[in-house]
Amino acid sequence: MTAIYELRNVRKTYGQRWALKIEEKFEIFSGEIFAIVGPSGAGKSTLLCMLNFLEYPDSGSIVFEGHPMTIADAPLELRRKVTTVFQRPALLSTSVMQNIQYGLQLRGQPDGKAAIQPLLQRLGLAELANAQARTLSGGEAQRVALARALVLQPDVLLMDEPTANLDPYNALLIEEVIREINRERRTTIVLVTHNIFQARRLAHRVGLMLNGSFVEINNNPAFFESPRDARTRAFVNGEMVY
Amino acid sequence: MLGVPLGAFLGLVHFRGQRLAYALIYTGMGLPPVVVGLSVYILLSNNGILGPLHISWIPRLFTVPAMIIAQVIIATPLVVGYTMSAVSEVDPNLRTQVKALGATDFQITLAVLREARMGVLVALVGGLGSIISEVGSVMMVGGNIQHSTRVLTTAIMLETRQGKYDMAIGLGMVLLMLSFGINLSITLLQRKTSKP
Repeated sequence: MTAIYELRNVRKTYGQRWALKIEEKFEIFSGEIFAIVGPSGAGKSTLLCMLNFLEYPDSGSIVFEGHPMTIADAPLELRRKVTTVFQRPALLSTSVMQNIQYGLQLRGQPDGKAAIQPLLQRLGLAELANAQARTLSGGEAQRVALARALVLQPDVLLMDEPTANLDPYNALLIEEVIREINRERRTTIVLVTHNIFQARRLAHRVGLMLNGSFVEINNNPAFFESPRDARTRAFVNGEMVY
Repeated sequence: MLGVPLGAFLGLVHFRGQRLAYALIYTGMGLPPVVVGLSVYILLSNNGILGPLHISWIPRLFTVPAMIIAQVIIATPLVVGYTMSAVSEVDPNLRTQVKALGATDFQITLAVLREARMGVLVALVGGLGSIISEVGSVMMVGGNIQHSTRVLTTAIMLETRQGKYDMAIGLGMVLLMLSFGINLSITLLQRKTSKP
């Protein structure tokens, strides 16, 4: 398997607190679904921001598709191969269609209606194409955020708790779409989730983060069934107090 | 042209001395027009600072460009201040999201300005309002010369002084209508853009 990301000795602090402290080499492989689990404040979202080049480490190196990305401003063409769906979708105060077209417009591409229509159908948004984004429910807004990311056909899709606060229908729909795009386009997906059942359903590999570091990275289902680290076992069994 | 980009910059970018810049802008928002007029007068007057230099692109006193300079000094801090406030109220997550979608810094600024468009409109209307209702500085640097630097406000003042109250009231009504028309257009535009 080819590594799409390679991180070495990446460190980031906020004030006196370690936000991220990856001691050794950490890789994400092309075409995999990698789930990051862990308690709040473990550094999961900080890592995701770094993978999208929204933040940079204080020290250490990030190599993306073979390109070192340690400078404080990643080249635009590489940055545009990656996008993120956040837990709280920040939509522009315009229509659903214009929100989905926005990323294409940034790239100076045509409106992409031909590509958008199947996405709208798949995500159950066809009837809402002309609706104003601010009138959407949480589940609808999250589906729009996903469509907006998918229409860009990124090499890497980062997802920060994409189904938190969603009803089971929306959560299931988003999980199905994650599986589909990974299978059909071989899109690399990095999923941050508190939901270990979701990680188990979706991921090829799972990593547990605690206090800014990975405690264990293992294949699924070994991560859940025969964890190497006692803390992983405690986390998986719901015995970890944090 | 000056106020909106400067306000967007101050509202979005963090830099050393930002608090000082804010304090200067807030002070500028309350600048007494007469003081502005006096400063421009001293600057452009033949016995002043720039007047004796006789540089071609520096306007002379009692000309329209001199009045424009005074008006820009009065209106710019207002536009900057209101724009800055509108821009900084836009959800910071939106900036992160837009960047994550591949926006350049310039595209991020445009997206934020678009989100803050009502606040930016208010800034522009506020700036325009301060200009069309202003009398002290334009009188001082323009001189209220007929067919040259006389504007509605200075004309009203002149007519009142000459006891021609009917003309002064008429001109006042024109000024009011103008102001009302601009504000009505903005309100209609606001309703249009906020309609679901």
